[in-house]
Amino acid sequence: MKEKLEKIKESAKESIGKIQNLQELQDLKVKLLGKKSELSTMLKSLGSIAAEERPKIGSLVNEIRNEIEKSISDAEKALKEQALSQKLEKEKIDITAPGTKVKRGSKHPINRVIEEIQDLFVSMGYDVVDGPELETDEFCFERLNLPDGHPARDMQDSFYITNEYLLRTQTSAVQARTMLANTEKSPIRMVCTGKTYRREDDATHSHQFNQVEGLVIDKKELNVSLADLKGTLEVFVKKMVGEKSELRFRPSYFPFTEPSYEVDVTCFKCGGKGCPLCKKTGWIELLGAGMVHPNVLKMNGYDPEKYAGFAFGTGIDRLAMFRYGITDMRYLYTNDVRFLSQFDRKDEE
Amino acid sequence: MRLSKNFVKDYVDVQADLKTLAEDMTRVGNEYDSAEKLIPATKLVIGKVLECKNHPDSDHLHCCKVDVGNEVLNIVCGAPNVRENIKVIVALAGAELPNGLVIKKSNIRGEESNGMICALYEIGLDKKFLSEEDKNGIHILPDDAPVGKDPVEYLKLDDEVIDFELTANRGDLLSILGMAYEIGAIYDKKVKEVDLSHRESGDDLNNSFEVRVNTDNCKLFLARKALNVKIKESPDFIKNRLIASDIRPINNVVDISNYVMLELGQPLHFYDADRLGNCIETRMAKSGEKLTTLDGIERNLEDTDIVISDGTRAIGLAGVMGGLDTEIEETTKNVLIEAAIFDSVKVRKTSKKIVRSEASNRFEKGLDPNRTYMAIERAVKLLEEYADATVQKGTVVYDKTDKTEKKIDIGVKDINDLLGTNISKADVLDVFRKLDFKYTENGDLITVIVPTRRLDISIKEDLIEEVGRIYGVDNIEGKLPVVPMKIGSVDRTQREIRDRMISLGLNETLSYVLINDKDVHKYTSDSFEELKLLDPMTEERNVLRYSLIPSLYKIYEYNKAHYIKDVSIFEIGKGFFKKEEKYGENTKLCALMTGEYYLGINNQKQVDFYVIKGVAEEILNYLGYEGRYSFCLPKQNIAEFHPGQVAEINVNGEIIGIVGRIHPEISKEPVYVFEINLDTLLAKKVSKMKFKEISIYPNIKKDIAIILDKNITSDEISKVIKKSGGNLLVNYEMFDVYENASLGNRKSVAYSLTFGSNTKTLTDDEVNPVIEKIVESLEKNLHAELRK
Repeated sequence: MKEKLEKIKESAKESIGKIQNLQELQDLKVKLLGKKSELSTMLKSLGSIAAEERPKIGSLVNEIRNEIEKSISDAEKALKEQALSQKLEKEKIDITAPGTKVKRGSKHPINRVIEEIQDLFVSMGYDVVDGPELETDEFCFERLNLPDGHPARDMQDSFYITNEYLLRTQTSAVQARTMLANTEKSPIRMVCTGKTYRREDDATHSHQFNQVEGLVIDKKELNVSLADLKGTLEVFVKKMVGEKSELRFRPSYFPFTEPSYEVDVTCFKCGGKGCPLCKKTGWIELLGAGMVHPNVLKMNGYDPEKYAGFAFGTGIDRLAMFRYGITDMRYLYTNDVRFLSQFDRKDEE
Repeated sequence: MRLSKNFVKDYVDVQADLKTLAEDMTRVGNEYDSAEKLIPATKLVIGKVLECKNHPDSDHLHCCKVDVGNEVLNIVCGAPNVRENIKVIVALAGAELPNGLVIKKSNIRGEESNGMICALYEIGLDKKFLSEEDKNGIHILPDDAPVGKDPVEYLKLDDEVIDFELTANRGDLLSILGMAYEIGAIYDKKVKEVDLSHRESGDDLNNSFEVRVNTDNCKLFLARKALNVKIKESPDFIKNRLIASDIRPINNVVDISNYVMLELGQPLHFYDADRLGNCIETRMAKSGEKLTTLDGIERNLEDTDIVISDGTRAIGLAGVMGGLDTEIEETTKNVLIEAAIFDSVKVRKTSKKIVRSEASNRFEKGLDPNRTYMAIERAVKLLEEYADATVQKGTVVYDKTDKTEKKIDIGVKDINDLLGTNISKADVLDVFRKLDFKYTENGDLITVIVPTRRLDISIKEDLIEEVGRIYGVDNIEGKLPVVPMKIGSVDRTQREIRDRMISLGLNETLSYVLINDKDVHKYTSDSFEELKLLDPMTEERNVLRYSLIPSLYKIYEYNKAHYIKDVSIFEIGKGFFKKEEKYGENTKLCALMTGEYYLGINNQKQVDFYVIKGVAEEILNYLGYEGRYSFCLPKQNIAEFHPGQVAEINVNGEIIGIVGRIHPEISKEPVYVFEINLDTLLAKKVSKMKFKEISIYPNIKKDIAIILDKNITSDEISKVIKKSGGNLLVNYEMFDVYENASLGNRKSVAYSLTFGSNTKTLTDDEVNPVIEKIVESLEKNLHAELRK
């Protein structure tokens, strides 16, 4: 009896060892431990064994049964692991192959710079305002102290559509609009960015370009002065061009400011040593600025005895070209996808 | 304005070197283009050609032996006019010529050459100033030229020139005298007096000559006469100063008129008095009147031109160009001198038509009447001295100018407030003294008497600018304004739309607003008047765009031509129009998409109508218009769109945009566009973004498929489902459309329906009747059939 049991055990273990998959194992389990299995049959026939032998054989049968069950469950576990690893192996992919390209759009360099300028001035309490691109003579010139007959109003330099309407030649037009729209005649701190148009087209001038205009008006007793204009533009230039930039104010002439200045900054390219870009002067003319002309204040409803202010303006295209090292202005307006898609990431901080 | 340093030194003492002078002038507001020697060539010496033989190996070169003082050099020279025993300009080895050439000891076709014999244009003089011989060959110096010495000094060409770019308001600086005042202010030097001394004789001109002015556009007209002039070449200093100022010397008389203009800023006109008669008149031209100007061209005059006449016919265009008939010639004996002030705007208008000249430029900027009187005296003085003229007594004067000096009151506080400085009164007064402005003081108040030469100064702020300039802007410390703190504001809607479009994979463009008039009415059925430029630069861009689609389509074509097939671009920009006599502009969002939308391994998507529609919907949803828009067939056919793949975008009953495929006749490749008028759209208020309670009970999803007529739209089906679905139907989405031959005129459409409740978990018993109701409704309203 004992020998027979040992034999069953041995042959069971051998069979389990040969099993290749879970189904076979399941079948074998039934065969070895099911109702019709040898072991079950033996348990059933325990009655025919001598009573004193019965407990001994019985426990031996159970012991062997447990042992077989354990072998089966071990085998099952091993097979499952094997199956899983086979499945995983099968699902293995080339992780170096490229990820699905969700198209990444890009922001035009001009608008990148515009947004940066807007944010800078908003952080200093300026309001960003907007104005029409199709302007009237009145706002583009007259209200800015450029009377009829002034050379800057020459038809040949502007895109007129009637004797009255033209594409704005400067964002300064928004100065007059802002002052006039402020019916309470309260202090103003505004910037305006946008497209401007002049009748010229060459390697360094596009007939359509972009400007930013700033205007600050406050009560005279607050002493908004040339020194404040200087300080403000220092902040602007250092942020947009670089911390090391120096500014040079050169007295100049604009009809809407008095005194007027042209503001040079250290040449972006050579850092002031002198190069072809700065015509060996080390300086690049960047901004026009000045203290708002009393006539402009008066014409737009502010009493020049009570209010004073400053204004400034600059071209954005060149700032964008400098910022991104764009070598030819024409790239900005050709809209070659190979150009546009280069501006598809966050700017460095 | 080209400033000759030698010239200005007549009037002010300048110690500074050229570069320093240029920089110092820049700092006070006078920018310059260049500052260099009149003759930039270096290492030049006077030589004598001792021997000149033909080059053995050339048909035009000569081998010369040239004595340059301390040695005799072998020089190969190609000039046709080189010969023995002439004095020449020699550039020694190491010399740099203005064209960049550096002279080296060399060998030319086997012959040694240790220098170069120079033409004047090679050392820096423009050919337009040179004689025919000098244009075509080397310069031959007079026999007395000292060998071994500096030829530039010998020729009195040792001048230096700064080319200033002056601001429009500083007409006073278009004169050497004006420059002298400016330089004097910088270096604190007094300006010397202009020498006007001369003799006069004969009968007073007023007895024999009349000046008539019959227009308001001439406020001052002076006439004098110089008799028996001797026309000859001008002295070197006059010629060289004219050349330095970029004016071609002609003869002593003509040169003097230009010289005085340069010196004092007042243009003069010299007439041959014997061809003039006994009167001169200034009036407006009659329309149809003709005049042959001294360049030989017959001009048709307009009634906006100021003309000078001899009493009967026009003899000159005032301030712009003289007439041919009365010009100074070799034979001229007697000269009538005109010194006048004409209206700047009129002169500018006429000169733009005819020619912009040194004279017209000065009239345009405005002139000082006191200077006009000075100039006519200076002219007779120089004619007496350099043209042997006898000056006739008397000046005929027509004068309606106001020569009162302007007085401006200014406080030291005014100055410091505007500049943000702390300049002392003494420093302020010092500035006015340097500028040679007279003033009186009354406590802190200063009354400045502005000299008439400074036409640009009329208000207090102008004086403040002067103080800032001369005191030095560099000495003003920058600071930030101390003003009440406030929040800055910016409308971020456009930015957010832009960022959204970018995250949807589109590249932002920036296109031109000006387009061709052929394109302006395309891609729209809106009626508007196009806005044409009065004076376009090119016919290609002669009108303001209405829609951005033509701009973006051009960009697509450009990229396609450069083999870029996948183009997904967008732009936010303005479109312009005239409607019912009113001009206007709208901000529009436009997108164009073609080619592959996204690319992955086994996972690509070509752009089709639904892709671009999806982008448009995404933007509408993002802006808060979800559920408020519909896409419908345009009421009018728009020729540039595929008639079966185009829709107007309707938000709350108003059309705000269009989406569609470009007509295959225009683009064979499938190209899709949409445009939304942001002004119309954003005028529609959106509801506040607000949290909705999330149901804790699970939803049940059920799919149905129906077969129905092909032409029934998704919108129509949706309406029926929504209406019959009741409260429990929380969402429905179309996920499949299927057509094939066996279905004939019908199609199969599948919807996923989501049911849910905020109060309980739904059971099939509750959901199934709703589905039945939906199906029933579809059967009844759309003759649909449930697909089993």
